[in-house]
Amino acid sequence: MKTDQLIDMLSTNVEPVKSGQLGKTLVWALVIGGAASFCVMLATVGLRPEANGVSHLGFLALKVLFMLSLVGVGTALLSKLIHPGQEGRKLFAFIFLPFLAAGFAGIIALALEPSAAWHPMILGTEWVTCLYCIPLFAIAPFALLIWALRKGAPTNLQRTGAIAGLVAGALGATAYAFHCSDDSLPFIAIWYGAMVLLCTWIGARLGPRLLRW
Amino acid sequence: MDVRSTEPELRTLMMAGLNGDAAAHKDLLERLSSQLRSYFKGQLGRFNRGPVEAEDLVQEALIAIHTRRHTYDPSQLFTPWVYAIAHYKFVDYLRRTKSSINDLPIEDAGGITAQDDRAHVESTLDLERLMAGLSPNMRQAIQYVKLDGLSVSEAAARSGMSESNVKVSVHRGLKALALQITKGGGDHED
Repeated sequence: MKTDQLIDMLSTNVEPVKSGQLGKTLVWALVIGGAASFCVMLATVGLRPEANGVSHLGFLALKVLFMLSLVGVGTALLSKLIHPGQEGRKLFAFIFLPFLAAGFAGIIALALEPSAAWHPMILGTEWVTCLYCIPLFAIAPFALLIWALRKGAPTNLQRTGAIAGLVAGALGATAYAFHCSDDSLPFIAIWYGAMVLLCTWIGARLGPRLLRW
Repeated sequence: MDVRSTEPELRTLMMAGLNGDAAAHKDLLERLSSQLRSYFKGQLGRFNRGPVEAEDLVQEALIAIHTRRHTYDPSQLFTPWVYAIAHYKFVDYLRRTKSSINDLPIEDAGGITAQDDRAHVESTLDLERLMAGLSPNMRQAIQYVKLDGLSVSEAAARSGMSESNVKVSVHRGLKALALQITKGGGDHED
């Protein structure tokens, strides 16, 4: 085929293109993915049974804050990465802030207690549940985010996949927070942090395969 | 060619094309094809590949630029967007043809880029063959709207599809064509 032929073909009957659709698709994927994640949590492990009392709500708020800050930065990054040539370099550093803040808070909390109390603070009662629930709850938002990203044209597939994994993991962890009965800062920093990082890693591995265009 | 000096013109053409101006879109694709040709020839020269492969890549990039034009963010520069797509397609090409920079001698690089820079080289992509891989609706919609130049309403009347169905089939059909090329359906001689 000659290139002139192709150009003729492509420029016959050119349809106008609406701008700003990609961002909307991404937000919809996020909202529906988050809702789906929450429903999966309700259908499997359910809400935390004795979720009353100020300290419980305080810890729930901390968990949700940690995770939603990741969702926020991650989504901002994805809305860059979905366009060819936009890497979102300036935003990238902000992704580490929530992890650093949570890690720092966890270390302070441990430092204030005698080392004999550390074991329950770190392992809590349900760390195993946390281990499989967060990735499980992340599946629906991850699939929706990949679907939305495929409508765009990301050029750095590994990084885009990683951030999609991070956002999906953080949404999964947000849903899990409504079940989680382990109220300790080191627990949040270690298990929530580690599970989101695991989802990020899986996303980075799957990205080049799922997002190729 | 100094890429920077063409940025304002190309951007203007792109914006007009996004608003449905077919002539501007054609002008844009023609200008981009010569820029892309020299870009791909330069890149491929390092891998000892010739003008035919470069033409394949030019066409692949043009299809990508056309079908993904909604991903251009008007608040950003246009040229980096084009080159991000071109670079992506080049890396993807290397990956799928299993080339690596280690396989190939670098000494001969000069000769290839010095060759002709005209558009008369044919790519290995065969449109009929690629079209054969599409669903009947997509094939018909592309044939009527993109090849025969019928308007969307004429194509709808002739094919019995709704107008929106025709538009969607054209759009998806072009994407499907692009996908076939990436999968090697374009009869690459590797």
